[in-house]
Formats: sequence, structure tokens, C-alpha cells
Amino acid sequence: MRLVRLTDQDRPEIRFVFEGQEVTARAGDTLLTAILAGDGGFLRTSEFGDGPRAGFCLMGACQDCRVFVEGQGRVRACTTPCAPGLRVRRA
Amino acid sequence: MRVAVVGAGPAGVRAVGQLVRAGLHPLWIDEAPDGGGRIYQRPPPGFRRSPQALYGLEARKATALHAALDALKPRADWRPDTLVWNIATHPGRLNLMRDGVATEQGFDAAILCTGAMDRVVPVPGWTRPGVTTLGAAQIALKAQGCAIGQRVALVGSGPLLWLVAYQYLRAGAGLAAVLDTTPFRRKLQALRGLPHDPATLAKGLFYVTRLRAAGIPVAEGATPLAIEGEAPDVVAALRWRDAAGREHRLECDAVGLGWGVRPELQLADLAGVPIGFDPVQHNWVPQRDLTGRTPVAGIYLAGDGAGIGGAAVAELAGARAAQALLADAGLPVDTALVARLERRLLRQARFRTALERAFPFPAHLAAAMPDETILCRCESVTAGELRAAAAPDGPHGASPEVNRAKAFTRIGMGRCQGRVCGAAAAEVLAARLGCDTAAIGRLRGQPPVKPLPIPQPEAAP
Repeated sequence: MRLVRLTDQDRPEIRFVFEGQEVTARAGDTLLTAILAGDGGFLRTSEFGDGPRAGFCLMGACQDCRVFVEGQGRVRACTTPCAPGLRVRRA
Repeated sequence: MRVAVVGAGPAGVRAVGQLVRAGLHPLWIDEAPDGGGRIYQRPPPGFRRSPQALYGLEARKATALHAALDALKPRADWRPDTLVWNIATHPGRLNLMRDGVATEQGFDAAILCTGAMDRVVPVPGWTRPGVTTLGAAQIALKAQGCAIGQRVALVGSGPLLWLVAYQYLRAGAGLAAVLDTTPFRRKLQALRGLPHDPATLAKGLFYVTRLRAAGIPVAEGATPLAIEGEAPDVVAALRWRDAAGREHRLECDAVGLGWGVRPELQLADLAGVPIGFDPVQHNWVPQRDLTGRTPVAGIYLAGDGAGIGGAAVAELAGARAAQALLADAGLPVDTALVARLERRLLRQARFRTALERAFPFPAHLAAAMPDETILCRCESVTAGELRAAAAPDGPHGASPEVNRAKAFTRIGMGRCQGRVCGAAAAEVLAARLGCDTAAIGRLRGQPPVKPLPIPQPEAAP
């Protein structure tokens, strides 16, 4: 999955790390946007073996977008702001 | 008097406005970093689109609500980024969580304005990255300036389907098609009731006309069949059937799904408010009257969390519930305002009934869901597994209602607590048992209403 940056994207660039790779995002991105508007593709793998997931509701209700952030533990990517230097892994 | 308002969407803002006007200083909580609710959600700082670009025809209402919100924050005990994860009554107590820190707050009266979320019917392939709710597609655009894909298919029914489609068109997003599952004749029949709110009707027609004029493929009476792709983390196509029974394969890289919304009623449930099935909305809704009062003393409800009415109703109901609270507390009431609010609420209720008839929940789609479809996306329970749990010759005997089926299959037992699959699961079970959806029951609310981080014990000194 890839989110398309359409409008309101002239915000300062920030850098964070996803799965060991440095990724460029924009200040004001959620983690979900920062990962999925780049090459991240998906956020986690279903623990029941039915494939990758990338969130569903984007409003903090479905809990399907969780990722692991060093120092924060498991968080919802859709409600967590991206910040410079975060180290994020798929959950 | 300690008053709490949960939620800072249209209902919460108008409720707090009345409480502050009466000289109270309410505790005011929202899970989001800012108020506005989902409908008038503001992007984070640094985004620069005008209200016109963000909210379109609703820009004036959004701007007015935001102005009220910002003016009220310093006059209340405003707690953004805060989850209410449990509620108790007599004595009133809210359990809060902010930045991983749990606290408790007592209250004498509370107005719960907890909003709604999308109501979905699972389609084979709906767990693929690239498939979201219609609300999610809208939030991506509104709050992040992004489209969910390059070629987006929007599927479902109801006002949100056409609104999101129009907003995507206007923002320059690529739309593959808009597929409305409601047959045209059904909407036409229901139009008779809609002139109770001609402005809303006109808006709907405006959106559809603009989409057609832009050459976006639009279909009515459509049936989604499957969302497909070669790699597991992409969407390549949506297979669907038209009203004449012909199958189509629509190339797209993202799909937004939604069939109206359902109340977020977990806190009302935990507060002991009786919950009943509303056959018109086809939703479980907490019991309350026109004033927002519930059978539980000190608990008031307003907005979509109290039964779906939309943003305009939420603003009226929030103010009305606050006036009810003031009256019950023996404080002065604005009787002229109360009369005006009730008149408008009654008029809106008639319109809402017509709208629900125009865009009914597609119970038939849920009932016809193929067995192998993942129904509960948290626990990966398929429709077939739920049907098996309903069979009288199963190891446990038939599950006569949804909580028993949950115990046997884990449906609705995952991290979303059935918010996403609950409505469709009830339909699948009802169809299998041959009974009414109302008889299937609903997944009971459980604290914490959302997953919480477990605090680490402090290291010994």
C-alpha cells in the first residue's frame, strides 16, 4: 500500500528509521502516513498467518495499525506523530 | 458540582459551551490531541489548507465549532490526548490514561459524546494493505493531505460515500469508481422523506452530479465480490457485480469501504445505560430521551454515540443535554433555547428516518459472505467458523446469541473488541440461525474500552 501525498505537503522534512532504513517524512505526519507514503508497504503481519496489515480505520478504533517504537513500545501508527530520530519496527 | 464531558466533537463542544455559560468548569476529555471530532478534525500544526479546502460546504460550521472549541478550552479543565478507559457510577468515576499514566477522576454528572465509527461489511480481501474504511479515506485526506492510493475505489452506501468521493475528486485524487450498493429505486422511494432537510438533500445531489460530470464511473445496486492482488501487501483490483448481474474487474490500488456509521457506545454500556436495537438505524443504541437523559441518574448522552444523527444533530443534542444536566442540578435553564433545540431535533429526526430508509444496512451482503472470508480481522475468524459455531450439531451446540459465539470462536475478542466486525458478525449469525438481528444480541462492552499499555513497575531504589 502506498499513500499518495496530494496536498498540504510543504512541511519541513524529518528523518526517522523504519525497519533499519532511514526514511524521510514530513513534520505533522502520523507514523502511519510517514511509513505508508514511503516504501514501507505495510505495518505489521497478522499473528494468525493471514498476511500483512496496514491499518483500517485511521481513527484509533480498529487497533490494526500497531507498530513498535523503541522507547514507547507498541503504539497505534494512526494516532502517533512521527518525530525525528524515532526507531520504528513492524509489530 | 463536578461535571465531566467526554468527547470534543460537535456534541461535546456545544455541551461544554452551555455548561461554561452556566458558570461551571467541566472536566473535558478527548482522546485526540485536539477537538473537532472526526467530522471537523483539524490537521496537526504546520498544515495550511483553508477551512474551505478542508471542509467544503461545511466550512462555515467547522470554523464556528473550532472557534467555540478554542474559546472554551481555557474555561474548562481541558484534557486532550486522554483516553477514558472505564466509567463507574454512584459514585461517578472515570478512569483515564494519558501518556501511559493512569489517573482517576470523580464526577457528579457526565455527558458522554463518544461519537461513531464506520460500519463495514467484510469483503474477501478486505484485510489487505490498501483497504480502509470510508472514514479512514477521508481522514487521510483531511488530516494528512494524502489519498489512500493512486486509483481509489469507493464502495458502500450512505452520505459519506458520496462526500468522500467528492472530496477526493476535488483534491485531485485518482478515483477508479464509486460503487453504491443501494439500488437506485430504493433511494428514490425514500426521497419522499428527505425534503424535511432540503439543504442536505441538495448537497447529496450536488456531489453525485459533480462526480458524474467529471467522468467518474458510478454504479448503483452494486455488489462487491473480492479485493484482489498478487503480492499480499497490495491491492490490484476489485471484482464486483452490477445490478444486472454482470461481473466486472475494476483495476485499483486502494479501496474505501463503508455502510454508514455505528455508535461508539462502550462507555454508555459500562455506565449501565440500557442498550436496545434500533431497527431503523439497524444499530444497537443506548437508551436516552430527546433531552439526552438516560435511565442512569447523572449520565447524559449526545451526538452519534447516542444514536446516529450526524454533526448538525450532535450540536443541538450536546446543548440540549447540557441544559438537561443544569435543570437536574437545580441550576437556571434557558427555556427559550431548550424549546428551540427540541423543535430542531424533532425535525432532524424525521429526516434521519428517511435517510436510513434510503441507505439501509446491507444485511444481505453480510449474510451472503463466502465462508472463507475473514470476518474478525483481529483474531482472523472466518465467516465459516462463525457459521459452524451456530450449527446445532457442533461440539457446543448452537450459539443462540453473539456473546456465546464469541466464547466459542473468539469473534470480537480481539483488540478492537468487536467494533469492526460486530455488526456483520451479528448478521452472519442471524442469517445462519434464521432469526432477527435483534435476537442475536450485541457484544458487551468490557473495560478497558481500548488496549492500554501496562505500566512498568518502578525499579526498587
